[in-house]
Amino acid sequence: MKALINSVSRLGRGTIFLSKILAGIPQLFLRFQLVVQQVYSVGVQTLFITLIAGLFVGMVLALQLYYTLTTFGATDTLGMIVDLSLVRELGPVVAALLFAGRAGSALTAEIGLMKATEQLSGLEMMAVDPVHRIIAPRFLAGFISMPLLAAIFSAVGILGAYSVGVDLLGVDSGAFWSQIQAKVDFYDDVMNGIIKSVVFGFIVSWIAVFEGYDCIPTSEGVARATTRTVVHSSLAVLAMDFVLTAIMYQ
Amino acid sequence: MTQALIQIRNLHFSRGRSKIFDGIDMDIHAGRITAVMGPSGTGKTTLLKLIGGQLKPDAGEIMVDGLNVHQLKRADLYKLRQKMGMLFQSGALLTDLSVFENIAYPLREHTNLSDSLIRSMVLIKLQAVGLSSAHHLMPSELSGGMARRVALARAMALDPMMIMYDEPFTGQDPISLGVLVKLIRDTNNALKLTSIVVSHDVDETLSIADDVKIISQGKVVAAGTKEEIKHSDSPWVRQFIDGQADGPVPFHYPGDTIEQQLLQDIR
Repeated sequence: MKALINSVSRLGRGTIFLSKILAGIPQLFLRFQLVVQQVYSVGVQTLFITLIAGLFVGMVLALQLYYTLTTFGATDTLGMIVDLSLVRELGPVVAALLFAGRAGSALTAEIGLMKATEQLSGLEMMAVDPVHRIIAPRFLAGFISMPLLAAIFSAVGILGAYSVGVDLLGVDSGAFWSQIQAKVDFYDDVMNGIIKSVVFGFIVSWIAVFEGYDCIPTSEGVARATTRTVVHSSLAVLAMDFVLTAIMYQ
Repeated sequence: MTQALIQIRNLHFSRGRSKIFDGIDMDIHAGRITAVMGPSGTGKTTLLKLIGGQLKPDAGEIMVDGLNVHQLKRADLYKLRQKMGMLFQSGALLTDLSVFENIAYPLREHTNLSDSLIRSMVLIKLQAVGLSSAHHLMPSELSGGMARRVALARAMALDPMMIMYDEPFTGQDPISLGVLVKLIRDTNNALKLTSIVVSHDVDETLSIADDVKIISQGKVVAAGTKEEIKHSDSPWVRQFIDGQADGPVPFHYPGDTIEQQLLQDIR
């Protein structure tokens, strides 16, 4: 019972916190430099892990699918299946999981440590609202970066699949691309994937900044908050993926 | 005696089940250095956070410069805070900004001054704390004492009417300690500030304080000028000033006696 009350209370605090962040976002357009700096630390610094992961996921998908499709003599459809898997599901979901692990945990730890070292209190006493100056730019940066990272993940994944499928296993290059062109719809597939990644970016960034801001300001408190960010945002991404998929592909 | 810049009346504040303040009254006079002293965990830092409006009391009121801190609208509270400097125990410098940028931060946020004027002002503040040549360093490159001096320069950046010092002497080597003591005294005199120094370092704090308040177990147990406190025969004051292990603040944590606890084990 106590755990339930705690969870509801945290959800309430998180929602109020989110409303404060959203209220602070219009001010950020006057200080967009703050967001640009955060897009670098949240987005650009997650790029390397996203590129490597995307490449390997695409390569493994191509390998697995090639052996299965050979049985049916349908290896020409390899590019299309890889593309649909990546654009619809794996791109947004795996990129969001990587984002939660790399950028989400870093955001929570950074904000948590700022709280523990009284930097947030210091800002408040300087009559500067830390939600507007520290939290909102990080939230917005996460929200902007996530769809871009998911798109890069999918693009690199397709290139990885091409290198394995076409260069290594001998699938026809023309068939690989033309199947993609013919069967992948921009609105149904690509746009839905982008919408998913926008939603995931919102959720992961929200959880990450809230956990940092709400943490107990001790070493243990920050460590726990960082763990909670990764666990909660990963689970939330997977659950939301199911809900969004059910709505999008009825 | 000058008028009270800060008036605290019947202040009650609790954290969970533990009562931190149980009806505190206190006047902090303008232009003076007031030391708020007491054993660790008595809520000295909490008192500063209440004065700064970062925490809300359960009951009672805090008037700063004629304004009730906890009834102000957010915008008005922020305006009042621009007149309140605070030096945190850890310094609370923004770790991703250089010393120069840390001090420039409140100026950039609250004024429309040109970059060249901000540069001059920052260097003047740094000169006052003896660190004008350290403006390019990052907070991680500073010693604890230097970090507090930079934080003091930042607290002075907007020329406040008062500065609150949270444990400024804790963990300082004798030289840094001497520097900080001198800076607090000189700053208060030169800028005609009102200073509140929260500390349990008796000698250093008494050397610069004009007024002293001792709080313990949620109450103000002694208040007066420095001389009055030094010569007080109150057992609370004597225990604290002389560092006696036992007295009104007991050596043993309250609870069952050792005999009762041992007997419980046997049963």
